[in-house]
Amino acid sequence: MEQFPIIKIVDEEGNVALSEYREKLTKELVMMMYYHLIRTRTFDRKCVSLQRQGRIGTYAPYEGQEASQVGSALALANDDWLFPTYRDHGATMTFGHSLVRILLYWKGRNEGCVPPEGKKIFPPSVPIATQLPHAAGAAYAEKRKGTKNAVIVYFGDGATSEGDFHEGLNIASVFHVPVVFFNQNNQYAISVPIARQMKSKTIAQKALAYDIPGVRVDGNDIFAVYFETKKALDRARNGEGPTLIEAVTWRYGAHTTADDPTKYRDQEESKRRRECDPILRVERFLQKAGWWDEQQISAMQEKVHSEIEQAVAEMEQFPEANPTDMFDFVFAAPTWTIEQQKQMYTTWREQA
Amino acid sequence: MTTTVKTNTLTLVRAVTDALRTMLREREDVLVLGEDVGKNGGVFRATDGLQAEFGEDRVIDTPLSEAGFTGAAIGMAVNGLRPVVEIQFLGFIYPAYEQIMTHAARIRSRTLGRFTVPMVIRAPYGAGVRAPEIHSDSTEALFTHMPGMKVVCPSTPYDAKGLLIAAIEDPDPVLFLEPMRCYRSFREEVPEGKYTIEIGKGKRIREGEDVTVIAWGAMVPIAMKAAEEAAKKGIAADVIDLRTLYPLDRELIVESVQKTGRTVIVQEAHATGGVANDLIALINDECFLYQKAPVERVTGFDVPVPFFSLEDYYLPTPERVLHAMEKAVTF
Repeated sequence: MEQFPIIKIVDEEGNVALSEYREKLTKELVMMMYYHLIRTRTFDRKCVSLQRQGRIGTYAPYEGQEASQVGSALALANDDWLFPTYRDHGATMTFGHSLVRILLYWKGRNEGCVPPEGKKIFPPSVPIATQLPHAAGAAYAEKRKGTKNAVIVYFGDGATSEGDFHEGLNIASVFHVPVVFFNQNNQYAISVPIARQMKSKTIAQKALAYDIPGVRVDGNDIFAVYFETKKALDRARNGEGPTLIEAVTWRYGAHTTADDPTKYRDQEESKRRRECDPILRVERFLQKAGWWDEQQISAMQEKVHSEIEQAVAEMEQFPEANPTDMFDFVFAAPTWTIEQQKQMYTTWREQA
Repeated sequence: MTTTVKTNTLTLVRAVTDALRTMLREREDVLVLGEDVGKNGGVFRATDGLQAEFGEDRVIDTPLSEAGFTGAAIGMAVNGLRPVVEIQFLGFIYPAYEQIMTHAARIRSRTLGRFTVPMVIRAPYGAGVRAPEIHSDSTEALFTHMPGMKVVCPSTPYDAKGLLIAAIEDPDPVLFLEPMRCYRSFREEVPEGKYTIEIGKGKRIREGEDVTVIAWGAMVPIAMKAAEEAAKKGIAADVIDLRTLYPLDRELIVESVQKTGRTVIVQEAHATGGVANDLIALINDECFLYQKAPVERVTGFDVPVPFFSLEDYYLPTPERVLHAMEKAVTF
């Protein structure tokens, strides 16, 4: 634990805890971060409500983890890669994914896996930890091409129990490739608490086994997340290899809208955690800095709301999925079995 | 003016090396990776000498982690490289099965073509070489059943080179099965340089009117031996080497079965859920009224491939194939 202290730049009360960062926390940066934080939270809450109204399918909320996702994604450069899980759309939207596409994903549309042109955002990985080796491989390819591009890959605390976590870290370490392993330790793998997930005290310490830097940050402190991720990405770009970051955070809600967290944890704890809420912390900081501008903030909220409403409208007006699409993208050119099945199905539909 | 193509007399495993060398020379984006493929040249020496020629960052000795390096190859493939992964034995692919099933095979489909995985997974497979347990599996049907994967299985040096080059150039993931038993069993003239054999096309290797015998990989020589014995008894077999297990060569199979009206399928793998069953379904669809006898299958059994003291009892033999041919012809 002592070896991997939790790095905090701004504390729960909104005070600067590491004075060397005071200069770096410009009004412009903080306002930009705040904007993305409220954008992701508003979007997340909207998705939960859409799911309850049956307008999208099962959804994986991330409320409470916004600082981890926004802070890390803001540290990326445009040409970097992002390998997310199904809970990281806060990160992908901050990195430039389209809100409509994210909504389409949760509406069960393949279109939701397609990022905007030129954006290297992989589709969410549904199996646990399998995206870590992909990130190592994509980073290997960047290294071979001789670019300065880096890769970030997201995963939760439960993922560290999977073989692919260790295989991905090991391979990245052996080949010394530009990848940042970004763990969001939200302390529950569905219902299983971290104490039942692993015996080690931290996730960051697992980096020791691979002889790469391991960093533990306060995942609710967007500043710590942002600057530490940036440092790790810079190291990656400079040929200094991978880093493992553990962002210690908390998800307030369910694993997905299909489970009930009251069954497996004390709700008082989630209430208490609201006191260290990542957005509240930035608000406190803004107030203390004298930068809290009611008018500017409500304009920001309005902008976020209308952007999200527009995305929802677009998602709902999106053309119906074409059933024959499922046949068209399995291979570059369809095999005869797929062609035959498509033909038979189309004929059947026409006659039905 | 005629040009003569230079050839070399190669074993199947050498033809694999030749294909890899040809493509490593041809394309900068081709990489070979796996356990012991570098300095050691692979456990079967399939990658012998390649690391010395192309360097450690193109012929890569990976940590012992089938899921890890198969997953890494997926990341390489989506990011512009053409990785060729070696799994030491097909029986060791199971840790990587998740990566292949949940990612490699479906990324094109999931992303409507935005991300693709042009990778090849090479795996020696099959029994009959007295290998330890787990080393002898032929579970190709796990992959033919997997949407988004092509499955190729040559039985000769010439085919192995041409098919492997085609697999490396294919825009989709290909499982490339190498029958261990055929690795060094005979030599054949193999052209130098690049040539391809179309994936999805089988080959008629013996012409006959009485019965169609379909085989692939290490079962091809077994089928041929049975066909020779049958010929002595006046049964003329049409023998097909499938070469690709997904997609199947519909035209060739249908044409042959419509001609003979009788079929024997020789499959090393377990019977239930195997490729043979798909062949029967195809024959049922396309040749029902041409059939003069039920399709016969000669297969391994629904048991784990036994330790080598018993593997000869598990494997189809020319005698079992001949028996099935006679059964079909006398039905």
